[in-house]
Order: sequence, then C-alpha cells, then structure tokens
Amino acid sequence: MKEWTFIAILLIVSAMLPTVPIMGGRLLGPRKPNEQKSSTYECGVETVGDTWVQFKVQYYIFALVFLVFDIELVFLYPWAVAYNRLPLFGVIAGVVFIITLAEALIYAWRKGALEWL
Amino acid sequence: MADIFTTIGSWLTGLFEGLGASPALAATILMVLGAAVLASAVLFILVFNIWFERKVMARFQDRIGPNRVGPWGIFQTVADLAKLFSKEIIIPGGADMMPFMMAPVIAVMSVILIWAVVPFTPNLIGTDVNIGALYFVAVSSLGVMAILMAGWSSNNKYALLGAFRAVAMLVSYEVPLVLTLMIPVLLTGSMRMNEIVAAQRIAYLFMMPLAGAIFWIASVAEVGRQPFDVLEGESEIVAGYHIEYSGFAFAMFYAAEWAHGFAICALMAVLFLGGWRGPGVEQIPTLGIVYFLLKTFLLYFFQVWTRAILPRIRIDHIMYFCWKFLVPLSLVLVVVTVLVDKTARSLIPGYMLTGSLIEMLPRAAVLLIVNVAVALLAIAWVAWLGRRERERAEAASVSIAPIESGATAQQAR
Repeated sequence: MKEWTFIAILLIVSAMLPTVPIMGGRLLGPRKPNEQKSSTYECGVETVGDTWVQFKVQYYIFALVFLVFDIELVFLYPWAVAYNRLPLFGVIAGVVFIITLAEALIYAWRKGALEWL
Repeated sequence: MADIFTTIGSWLTGLFEGLGASPALAATILMVLGAAVLASAVLFILVFNIWFERKVMARFQDRIGPNRVGPWGIFQTVADLAKLFSKEIIIPGGADMMPFMMAPVIAVMSVILIWAVVPFTPNLIGTDVNIGALYFVAVSSLGVMAILMAGWSSNNKYALLGAFRAVAMLVSYEVPLVLTLMIPVLLTGSMRMNEIVAAQRIAYLFMMPLAGAIFWIASVAEVGRQPFDVLEGESEIVAGYHIEYSGFAFAMFYAAEWAHGFAICALMAVLFLGGWRGPGVEQIPTLGIVYFLLKTFLLYFFQVWTRAILPRIRIDHIMYFCWKFLVPLSLVLVVVTVLVDKTARSLIPGYMLTGSLIEMLPRAAVLLIVNVAVALLAIAWVAWLGRRERERAEAASVSIAPIESGATAQQAR
C-alpha cells in the first residue's frame, strides 16, 4: 500500500508540474486573438471541408489486432514470473499459449489484415 | 550498506519527527518531497539533454551547434524556455478546449510516472512495486492517449493525420516491446525492477543480445524518434499532432518527447545493461547512480547517433517491419528461449540460475548461442525472401523482353 501511495503522490505532482507553467503562460503571456491567428493552420491555404473526416479503416484493423495481442500478453506475464519454478509441463503449457498467439497472427496475416495499402 | 540518500532520508524523517510530526506523517512528507524532487529532476535534466542532443547532432552534421548562451552554449535551452514562456498560447478556432489543454499535461505526466520504478541505486528508487515491469508498460502507453487527444482536438488535418499514424505505430510497436520486456522478467523470475537489476551479474544484453536489440528498436519507435518519426514528419505533415500548439503548451510536448527518449534509455540500462551494477557498488551503494547515469547517457548518445544518420522510413514499411518481422521474431525468441533453458537445466550439470559470475557462465553461454542462432536464422530468412522477390522480378522482366522483340518483329514484317 505504501508503494502505491508514492505513485499517487507522484501522479498529482507530475500533473501539477506542467499545468502550472501552462496556466502561467496563459495568464502572463500576451493574448490578442484575431480571426487570422485562430484559423486552422494549413500552410497558408484556406481549409476545405471538415477536419473530422472518415479515416482509413486500416488503422482500425491494426488496433484490433493489437488488442488481441495485448490482452494475451498480459496473461503471459504471471507465467513469466513463475517460469523459474515451473516444471517442464508448465513451460510447455505456456508455449502452447504462445503458439495460439502466433496462430492469431498468422490468421490475421493470411486474411490480409496486416496490409497497409 | 549505508547510502547517502538513505542517510538523508532518515535524517529528514528524524527532523520532521523532532518538529512534532507523527511517524506516518513524516513518512508521507518524505514521499511528497521525494516525488517533487524526482519529477523536477526529470524535467531539469532535460535542459542538459536537449543541449547535449543539439550539440551532438551539430557535430554529426559538421556544425558547431549552440555556442553563444553560456559556456559552450549550455544555457541555450534556458533561453529557449524563457522565450516560449513569453509567447501566446494560441487556441485555434473550432478546437476542443478541454482535451486540447489536457493533452500536453498528460504527455508530461506519462513520462514522469515511468521514473517512479527506475532504480538509481540499490536503495534509491521511487517505489519498488512488485509489478514494476507491467507498470512501465501501462504508464508509457498513456502517452498515446495524449497524442490522440492533441491530434483530435486541434481541428487540423495534419494534426489528425499525425495522431492516426502515431496511434497505429505506437500501438503496433508495443507488442514486440512487451514481448521482449518479458525476457528479463523470465530470467529473473520477478517484475520488481530492483530484483531485475540485482539478478544481472552478467548484464542481460550479453546473454540475450537479440532481445535487447528488439526492445531497443521497439522503444525508439515508441518515442517516435528517427527513423520512426512519421508521426511528426515535418516534410509531409509539418509537425503532426502538436502543430497547433504554441508557447508553453508546445514546450510541454517537446519536453515530454525528449524526456521519454531519455526514459527509455534509462529502462534499457536497467533491464539489459544492469542498471546500477558496476565494480564497487556492494561497498559504496552511492556509486550506483554514477554507473546508472553513465550507461543511460551512453545509450542516449547512441540514440542521438541513430537519429543523426538514419532517414525516415515510410509508414507502411514501419508497420510491416513490426508485424511481419519483429513480432514473429520475438514470439519465436521467447518460445525457443524457454524451451532451451528448461531442457538445458536438466541436461547440463553446472547450470545455475543464480550464483557467482563463474557459476552463471554456462547459462549465459547457452542463452547467447540460442540468441545468435535465432538472429542469424531470421536474417537468413529475410535475405532469402528478398532474393526470391528479386529473382521473380528479374524473371518477369526477362519474360517481357521477348514479347517486345516479337512485337517489333511483327511491325517490321
């Protein structure tokens, strides 16, 4: 519990540290907004259309593949910690789990989910 | 085992208790002080780091670099900060105010929080939580949130593109990063950072060089440094997600990126180079921080070096390199390592998990051979794929040639 108290304190301190100068900059710095200044930057050209457009579906697919992997990896960590004390059978069980993970990767690969274009 | 920092700590505790604080209150005050010192040290060392990076980059490009403000231009960063502080923080029209202002704060926060589990000496560590390695993964992925918030709320197409790329790339490189981070955890049998360091009588980089290399590449990509800096490629999307930021809000993004770059050097030093370990640390624990900083700065120099000499890689190549090379390779590496290590333990008599340097040598040798073999096989496989591709292309071009000559023959007829 004592260990996590430190992290909670550090969380507060590290949130304060950037907030204070940004607030200070807002208060002390100049503040003269005008139409031109607050317009969207696009290399000097007027923006056309809406910014929040539909984006490439590929970003989504990569995120999904990642999600599968990340969750499975989290499950592997307890196994990794116990590894030194595990019998050979326990290690093989872990390996089977990793092979299942690899199978998911091969499936995604063959399905073309890893193609960017 | 007296340590300067432990001495200071107990002296301060004594002081607070002498002033009438209860032991619990004194411990809390000490923690608040420690957190404040740690967090500001992370940001203060940046002043030096940014100067160091600019100077080294300049030397690589045959320039002098900053040399006007202070001796060797060392106060250049301070001058830059003072300038940024006096600038207006422009909020673009149509921006989503709350995420826009929160993003730089979260970016800095995620980096400072990483340092909570970095051991500086055997006794000096923010907090030695029992899931240190997992904590690092969790906290460092918070930075992705900051980038996404900044890109989305800026109401700018470049920022949004940068944020998309950033999220796709950072999220992908997290997989090999987490997989290879597992290897020090496997070998140590603990996620406690201090135990991982203490177990490295032989630094893990010399036992598992391939794991170290994959971890390093993946963490450079996590920071978005060259050659993986498509998320802010200034020649295509100008500055990526922080394009609409100015003044100190921008400075915070800048600081977060540089501090993250330094933090991964520290983690690489802790996980693969033996952190505070070095000759004489058992007698004088304070020396640990010297070794730790030396290793970290060596790695930081290496990072600036790669930044100076490598060009930017295209986004699809980056993704392919991660998913089709690094991820399968690290999966194979983990499987082969555990199987060989477990079998060798029952077959080879003097195979020790811990012990003195000499006793550790058989295990180190076996793991080193496994690593080098896997690395060589992977390189041979990629070379074979490349050769096959090239031969196919050549065969295709050869088969076109007769048709062309046939066509010209027909025309001639």
